[in-house]
Amino acid sequence: MHTADPTRPSGTAYLDHAATTPMLPEAVEAMTRQLVQVGNASSLHRAGRAARRVVEESRETVAHALGARPSEVVFTSGGTEADNLAVKGIFWSRRAADPRRVRILASAVEHHAVLDCVDWLARHDGAEPVFLDVDVLGRVRPETVRAAIEAAPESVALVTVMWANNEVGTVQPVAEIVAIAHAYGIPVHCDAVQAVGQLPVDFAASGLDALSVSGHKLGGPIGVGALLVARDLALTPVLHGGGQERDLRSGTLDTPAIAGFAAAVRHAVDAQPEHASQLVELREDLIQRVLHDVPDAVLNGDPGVGADERLPGNAHFAFPGCEGDALLMLLDARGVECSTGSACTAGVARPSHVLLAMGSHDERARGTLRFSLGHTSTEADVEALLAVLPGAVVRAKRAGVVSAGGRLS
Amino acid sequence: MSGGVDSAVAAARAVDAGHDVTGVHLALSKAPQAHRDGARGCCTLEDANDARRAADVLGIPFYVWDLAERFAEAVVQDFVDEYSAGRTPNPCLRCNESIKFAAVLDKALALGFDAVCTGHYAQLVDAPGGPELHRAVDPGKDQSYVLGVLSAEQVAHAMFPLGDTMKTQVRVEAARRGLALAEKPDSHDVCFIPDGDTAGFLHRQLADLGDAGGDIVDSAGVTVGSHDGAFAFTVGQRRGLRIGTPAADGRPRYVLDVSPVTRTVTVGSVDELDVRRVVGVKPRWCGPAPVGPIECLVQLRAHGEPVPAVVRLRADDCLDVELHAPARGIAPGQAVVVYAGTRVVGSATIDSTR
Repeated sequence: MHTADPTRPSGTAYLDHAATTPMLPEAVEAMTRQLVQVGNASSLHRAGRAARRVVEESRETVAHALGARPSEVVFTSGGTEADNLAVKGIFWSRRAADPRRVRILASAVEHHAVLDCVDWLARHDGAEPVFLDVDVLGRVRPETVRAAIEAAPESVALVTVMWANNEVGTVQPVAEIVAIAHAYGIPVHCDAVQAVGQLPVDFAASGLDALSVSGHKLGGPIGVGALLVARDLALTPVLHGGGQERDLRSGTLDTPAIAGFAAAVRHAVDAQPEHASQLVELREDLIQRVLHDVPDAVLNGDPGVGADERLPGNAHFAFPGCEGDALLMLLDARGVECSTGSACTAGVARPSHVLLAMGSHDERARGTLRFSLGHTSTEADVEALLAVLPGAVVRAKRAGVVSAGGRLS
Repeated sequence: MSGGVDSAVAAARAVDAGHDVTGVHLALSKAPQAHRDGARGCCTLEDANDARRAADVLGIPFYVWDLAERFAEAVVQDFVDEYSAGRTPNPCLRCNESIKFAAVLDKALALGFDAVCTGHYAQLVDAPGGPELHRAVDPGKDQSYVLGVLSAEQVAHAMFPLGDTMKTQVRVEAARRGLALAEKPDSHDVCFIPDGDTAGFLHRQLADLGDAGGDIVDSAGVTVGSHDGAFAFTVGQRRGLRIGTPAADGRPRYVLDVSPVTRTVTVGSVDELDVRRVVGVKPRWCGPAPVGPIECLVQLRAHGEPVPAVVRLRADDCLDVELHAPARGIAPGQAVVVYAGTRVVGSATIDSTR
């Protein structure tokens, strides 16, 4: 952090680190070193053994950094695959053991990688989804989980709740949820894609049964991630083939990507405490200045700064009367890159399911922007944003009036 | 940018001319199809991707604007309402009037843009009183008729870079520019009726009206058949009348009039389709409104031939059009677009004919 990015022209700002963040030099170095090597980690000869050694050392690195055993690390193609393996894999194995287990308890603010798995299982495989309500800050209350379980404990296949929300940054009470579920012997999966590198994440200490992590959100390459799977958790595979990764995830191991991923995880976790405090400081400055310069802006999510409250790099606002996509376009045209934070279908903005679950009405859920900071963010990025945001809000409001069917005088 | 070849080349030419261009694709369907079948339909996800890909090739930002609700209200509902009132609407014209050069233009101006640039085939000519709207050089593609509803102010904020070029050349240019959509087929028909079955679409839309059937009569008032929905008929239509008994003279019969109130469809011979006088309502002018009767050309349907006429704006804001030669099969609801040579003077919606 605080090192200017030479690839970006001055006056521009990349404020979308939650979408993807630049690769760390350590990860680039570790990955490129392997790109020029030959060897399939499943082969028995020398080249295969060399690749295998890189993969296994990477596994140990990831396990050590995240408080897991090496045998608990299953490499995947990223967060989405890890979520699919966890949700589908746990559902299938738990229901196979007891056909009454058809309910999946998921927070209403999960990423689509989880929500759409639950939805698919409901439509094609007899699952009964239970979407757990959140409060106005976007947080699942432990009592909500308890009540949902106690309605019929024997019918719950799994609970899945994210560590921190990707849109509004709200941190979930994972430990309390695990304690409640485990009292009934129910496994818990957690999508920690946004959390690793920004918050302390320790798999063993969390008590979780499965945890998803993605490479490119923490300075590693795109296209690699892992599911941490507790040793006693039975999991039915999604990908079948050569039997790699304890038969849980077939497919030739991507040695270069895994090496880059492990280097990034190690660096991100080592640097996490200092990184988080720097991000919080910069983020709080951004929030205060946005609220000062755009007085009717509303901060969404938890206003707290603690590790159990909000992701350090996340700032999420509603701009009443504006359309998020118009704001995004105006900022993009002036070199400021951010996100509306809502899911897109063919580029058409839809109100965010996260904000709707938090009780925002449709119109307010459309006029939002997420600014997310990361390891290359500096004060200059905040300056660049504030230089153009107030003017963009004025214009987007005019466009909002027009879009609502009004005419400009 | 629709995802078609015309808007992509129009955008490319605007970039070449030095403008700061942002590509916008309009999402007009609430439930877009994944793929497009041949030349029909629009706003599929594939079209959006084609448009986005073209914008990438041109190096311009690209956004999708969701105007599905406005479109459903201003274009699709208007289409259904007009048919059920016995008129024959032109939805492209309505879309230009209330979507592309209203909703889109207003939003663009509010966001700080200066103009809306489209792939329409029409020309803008600078003149002392502001830009004039003229026919395109490609007579087969000229779209000035469907732009005839634009006001002078809308025209002042429009750009039509393709008006001076033949369509075949536009395709060649698209290929030269490396645009993958160079060979995409032209779109035809009504974009929101992908199967091309207008009558079936109207039947589905108007299903809740109950029995819509009525009589088919000849111009003497004699019942010659029956129909199950007057809205499925258009003045000038010959096919699909399903009249059992042939006409006395043995000649084909055409729809002369559609009266939704009595649910009566009147048919007659081709001669009875001739029209010499047209009254238009809701006139719109691309410049100053004409004072007194003017000698001009009028076009009475899309791709129709221009007809010499005298046009006079009445005190009640209706437009009297006296044709110097009879025109055939003119349907109320279509536009009468007034031209001075190649220049669009204005337009009105045809209310009645004689």
